[in-house]
Amino acid sequence: MSRSRLRVEWRASVSLVGTVLRYLSVPLAFPLAVALVYQRDVLVFVATIVLVVGLGFALEGLDPDPDLGPREGFLMVALTWLAVALVGTIPYLVAGDGTVAQPVNALFESMSGFTTTGATVMGDISFDTHSRAIMMWRQLTQWLGGMGIVVLAVAILPELSVGGAQLMDAEAPGPGIEKLTPRIAETARVLWLAYVGITALEVVLLYGLNVAGMAPNMTFYNAVAHGLTTMPTGGFSPEADSIGAFSAAVQWVVVPFMVVAGTNFALVWRAVNGSPGRLARDTEFRAYLGVMGVVTALLAGLLFTNGATGLDVGAFVPGDVEEALRHATFQVVSLVTTTGYATSDFAGWSEASKYVLLFTMFVGGSGGSTGGAVKIIRWVVVVKAIRRELFTTVHPEAVSPVRLAGRVVDERAIRGIFAFTLLYFVLFFVGTVFVVVDAGRTGYSIDVLEAMSATASTLGNVGPGFGSLGPFGSYLEFSPVSKLFMVFLMWVGRLEVLPVLVLFTGAYWRS
Amino acid sequence: MIVVGAGEVGSSIAASLCQSHEVVVVDIDPDRVSELTYELDVLAIEGDGGDRSTLVEAGIADTDLVIASTDDDETNIVTCGTADTLGDAFVICRVKDTQYLDTWRSAEGAFGIDFMVCTVLLTAESIVRLIGLPAAQDVDTFAGGAVRMAQFEVPADSPVADQTVAEADRWDSLTFAAIVRDEEFVIPDGDTCIRADDEVIVIGSPDCVREFAADLSPSSAGPDDIVIVGGSEVGFQTARLLEERGFRPRLIERDPDRARQLAEDLPKTTVMESDATDRSFLEREHVGDADVVVTALDNDEKNLLASLLAKRLGAQRTVSLTETGAYVELFEEVGVDVAVNPRETVAEEITRFTREQRAENVAIIEDDRAEVLELTVAGDSSLAGRPIRESVPDLPAGTVIGAITRDGSLVTPRGETVIEVGDHVVLFVNTEDIDAVAAKV
Repeated sequence: MSRSRLRVEWRASVSLVGTVLRYLSVPLAFPLAVALVYQRDVLVFVATIVLVVGLGFALEGLDPDPDLGPREGFLMVALTWLAVALVGTIPYLVAGDGTVAQPVNALFESMSGFTTTGATVMGDISFDTHSRAIMMWRQLTQWLGGMGIVVLAVAILPELSVGGAQLMDAEAPGPGIEKLTPRIAETARVLWLAYVGITALEVVLLYGLNVAGMAPNMTFYNAVAHGLTTMPTGGFSPEADSIGAFSAAVQWVVVPFMVVAGTNFALVWRAVNGSPGRLARDTEFRAYLGVMGVVTALLAGLLFTNGATGLDVGAFVPGDVEEALRHATFQVVSLVTTTGYATSDFAGWSEASKYVLLFTMFVGGSGGSTGGAVKIIRWVVVVKAIRRELFTTVHPEAVSPVRLAGRVVDERAIRGIFAFTLLYFVLFFVGTVFVVVDAGRTGYSIDVLEAMSATASTLGNVGPGFGSLGPFGSYLEFSPVSKLFMVFLMWVGRLEVLPVLVLFTGAYWRS
Repeated sequence: MIVVGAGEVGSSIAASLCQSHEVVVVDIDPDRVSELTYELDVLAIEGDGGDRSTLVEAGIADTDLVIASTDDDETNIVTCGTADTLGDAFVICRVKDTQYLDTWRSAEGAFGIDFMVCTVLLTAESIVRLIGLPAAQDVDTFAGGAVRMAQFEVPADSPVADQTVAEADRWDSLTFAAIVRDEEFVIPDGDTCIRADDEVIVIGSPDCVREFAADLSPSSAGPDDIVIVGGSEVGFQTARLLEERGFRPRLIERDPDRARQLAEDLPKTTVMESDATDRSFLEREHVGDADVVVTALDNDEKNLLASLLAKRLGAQRTVSLTETGAYVELFEEVGVDVAVNPRETVAEEITRFTREQRAENVAIIEDDRAEVLELTVAGDSSLAGRPIRESVPDLPAGTVIGAITRDGSLVTPRGETVIEVGDHVVLFVNTEDIDAVAAKV
């Protein structure tokens, strides 16, 4: 195929990816500052910044005056995430510490960070192996990926103001974005401002617990590190025992922040700006709380009767109400919002509890939040559309549009949501088969529930799975092929499948 | 006053008002103009209402009232706008489309119109009132909703049949204003016996009227299952008003696009896309079990057919829209329970509004042979300060005080009730006595 017949101006997309990379040097200054404070790995970050800026300028040179159409937008978003994940490996590779010095592992860790998955391949999570600066970079990748790198780019880059809505649409979680202000750049700025504000609030509260003497190991470093991975529903922690390393007070404080992180940001913004009533009236928010409430009650019942004994972290005996309620609430909220924090090693819980948790991995946060997976809004529409199917089976002549909070949902949107949900499950099952087959090939022993949890967890950007992939385990044992496959799952999962898969169709590249 | 457009509405208004007003009728059709000149005591002029010279010829300069009542919304609005620039007459406009009504309501005096009546909405409102009261043939409200008047036919199995009024008078705040028997008015006293097939006109609080309606025909409790056939504007507005009142009606529309549109606009209505004359569909959907079937198709014959079909399948009550005024009686004759004519409804509303200079609210009974009207008691009224027993003989025979409202609440009129200055009285009056009554009150 000659180049003239290619209908996508890929140079424009790549050039804009370069611009984004160049700007990535600004957040890189933060781990550099940490490195300077602790006097370790300073050169690693200086080298990274130089490389990133150089690469950025080189890519920008491909097309000095990029003109972004709708097709180039898809390519730019997909490439940005791939490029950022690749560039994100530089600090791990240059530092050369531990298991992430190996390129495939570094890519897995970096993609897991930017996509806010939180699945790790670090063999040893401690400051003995890795510097505090590297660990802070790991936290920061999640924070940047949470609200969306492209959303951030739209907020600050004037050249993206025209096609910006479509770019954000391709990147933002959930079906369709809601413009909060007439200008898309302003909307992007508002979203980021709210994001920064809530993150800062959490850091203050967590450190406040330390000052109040209720959390001795919640140092300022830890408060910032966990603040950076709660709001993006990330799940990385510089502590090997995740939130389980902290007191019950810290665990309770983190829960509401995870809930907010899984709520539609437009809704949060409106609620803060004078109409809190909208929260209570919002169909999706009610469904979101309802699902979490019901599953928590179910799980708390299971934990109360069975307890969770013989665990290294978060073990407790049957019959303890507070422990059962706290661990059930924390784990359910963490997995529904796709954060991936843990307070108890749920990989060691009873089978019944584990299947309940596997179910929560498919729920996902609200549309327009930082959460992953299928998302509440889609489930609400799917349930309503199915109810309509049942109704029209009895009354074939009935015409009944699907409504969401009084507004009619477009039939095309419903079709899109069904397609997405089906595709999501197809990817999940195909992925599980792939993981099991590849594990068999390399002689890695994995049972079906573990393989299912690995696929569901990476595709939904959740993080932990079961077995050795548990919240305090790692994905290290998988073969490089499986790891690269999971990198792909995280990538398509974060961009909600369709915008990435469209790049693999012939129709996209031709007229 | 000037009436523009001498169709059914215009002629009917002209006929009702020509005795008390000097009426000039403008119509574009010369045949219609000459017809009217002989039919009614009015001056008929041929011309276009939107044309300045026509309005000047009709004497717009010293006219108090202009009524634009052609069948075309835009013509009416242009006529009103023109009339507004030429004089300072009060301008009444008839429209079909609710969007013009919305505009007019949102911006006072829009298009230079002082009062706008919307055919579609009025018709839907009157249908909904009829649905709300089983067995009622006519319903009107007074005193800001505190008083309701209704006309009922007494079925043979009714508990009040063959009772005297004194025996039947067991609803607290309800007054039997009149009985229509063999086309004649009977003004009831305590000894008057109510017979089956009589039509009774009652005035009272809305609750009491509803209770009375329920007791009158025990077989038909309040409607629950309402089916609207036809997604015309009237059908749509009827469904919308029913939704507002907490009903969940079913609506049958044949056109797929229109059905989809209706389904989107009516969240609580079950919209079905089908032909209402498809018998197997009607049976499958149990339309025969409906309490009320409203037919609002765009064609009288289809309405009749659909109504009769629904009735045959077992529907309790049918209300049918009739575009042709002459068909109303015919429809009711062959089995439709109530036929509603939009033109008649709108003509009544305009006539009523025109008379409001004297009375605040008017309901026209039995082809304008009697009226129920609301008046405020003035200081020099012969009613003021006296018990009703003493003051009634001063009023023309056949006048009944149906209800009194004082400071917005209802006072049930009985012989010993003393009427005060400032009270609103709702009276049943024979049309020829209106002026005499108005003068006394």
